[in-house]
Amino acid sequence: MEMINFIDLTWTNITALFLVGIVGGMVSGFIGSGGAFVLTPAMMSFGVPGIVAVASNMAHKFPKALVASIKRHKFGQVDVKLGLVMGFFAEAGVLVGKNFMTDIRDSFGNVGTDLYVSAVFVVVLAIVGGFVLRDAIRSRKSDTGEEKEHEAGKLAKWVQSINIPGTMVYFPSIKAKVSVLFIIPLGFATGLLAASIAVGGFIGVPAMIYVLGVPAIMATATELVVAFVMGMGGSMLYAWDGFVDIRLAMIILAGSLFGVQVGAIGTTYVKEHTVKMVMGMIMIIVLLSRLIKLPVYLDQMNWIAPLSANMTSMLDTSSFVTLILALVAGAVIILGSLFKGMAEHKRRHAVFVEKGVTD
Amino acid sequence: MSEKPTSVISVAILGIVSCVLYWLLYQYNDAILNIAQEVRNGDKTLFLVPILIAFVFSYVHGAFTGRFWDVLGFKAAQKK
Repeated sequence: MEMINFIDLTWTNITALFLVGIVGGMVSGFIGSGGAFVLTPAMMSFGVPGIVAVASNMAHKFPKALVASIKRHKFGQVDVKLGLVMGFFAEAGVLVGKNFMTDIRDSFGNVGTDLYVSAVFVVVLAIVGGFVLRDAIRSRKSDTGEEKEHEAGKLAKWVQSINIPGTMVYFPSIKAKVSVLFIIPLGFATGLLAASIAVGGFIGVPAMIYVLGVPAIMATATELVVAFVMGMGGSMLYAWDGFVDIRLAMIILAGSLFGVQVGAIGTTYVKEHTVKMVMGMIMIIVLLSRLIKLPVYLDQMNWIAPLSANMTSMLDTSSFVTLILALVAGAVIILGSLFKGMAEHKRRHAVFVEKGVTD
Repeated sequence: MSEKPTSVISVAILGIVSCVLYWLLYQYNDAILNIAQEVRNGDKTLFLVPILIAFVFSYVHGAFTGRFWDVLGFKAAQKK
């Protein structure tokens, strides 16, 4: 069996992981996906095997999700009941996904998990990222500048209209009853994906928005509860096999807990389409980063004609630079939205106070 | 009802405790690596150690970072 080597804690590695953690956390708090979709590839870029990157990210993610969900619960954005129900069914998906991952490692070694994790990223990001981005552009075009009441889509309305006796549960976020039978596959798929790439939010958040009709801001907040429940279960499963590099996870956590608070605060200053736009854009850039890296893994598994050393090096660098681009773009948009929103909020508050004084 | 202002002293204490925890993590780097290796070798006695570390760090560091931004004036918009 191929050995698992955890990375050395040099000061360069510690600093880089801390900075990556800050930006990853910021994105995480903003879009509620856990941030691991940038952190897992980032860890892999540092030479961490795919299975360790996923396991360590789950371990760094679940306590962070707890912190962020408590914070957003205070903003009234969390549907705790929906989060716990989905999280419960997500655990089953985590169990299946983790066993599949360890089977891949047993059969193909660490590079097998690298390829598997990257391939799943590419497929899922293409589907979900494209869908979210299209929706964000549409809702931006139809935005009149006024706060509109959230309205469920056609699919969500149909789901809410189905009445299966004995399975109906009321969820405050959608102000309606939904059959648990619809939530089982959504939760399972969320957990399955989480155990594969440490990101369940890519299924969980869009599923809540488009299938159940949960408002985007509430869906991203509720996903944090799901991420906590399934992340803790998944981390324990991976820890049982010794795949969690807790040093790596805690350094990432050190940065990401600073970032997650900023991201969570940022959501209170922006409109829904901004959250969707940031989510979609970062997904597409991370997709490109993983896509560029795929030939390197295929080469290492001898599944394609050997690549030259120059070509391998170029693909490695391009993949890493693209990932950094995703991180920087995310940070700039979130911080920009936050500062703009805070300035606008202060200006309105000043006008309100001035009016109050003159009246 | 207004929120209780965050105390700079409590933030500083949490920050120091958080730093100490990270210093310990760095100091016990080899021990942590050994635990992971033993778990992989079949001795599951300490397999929950990473989970416990995750909880302790997130509790302390989470409390610190949350209050840290409050002290700096980064607060959520109050929506009606």
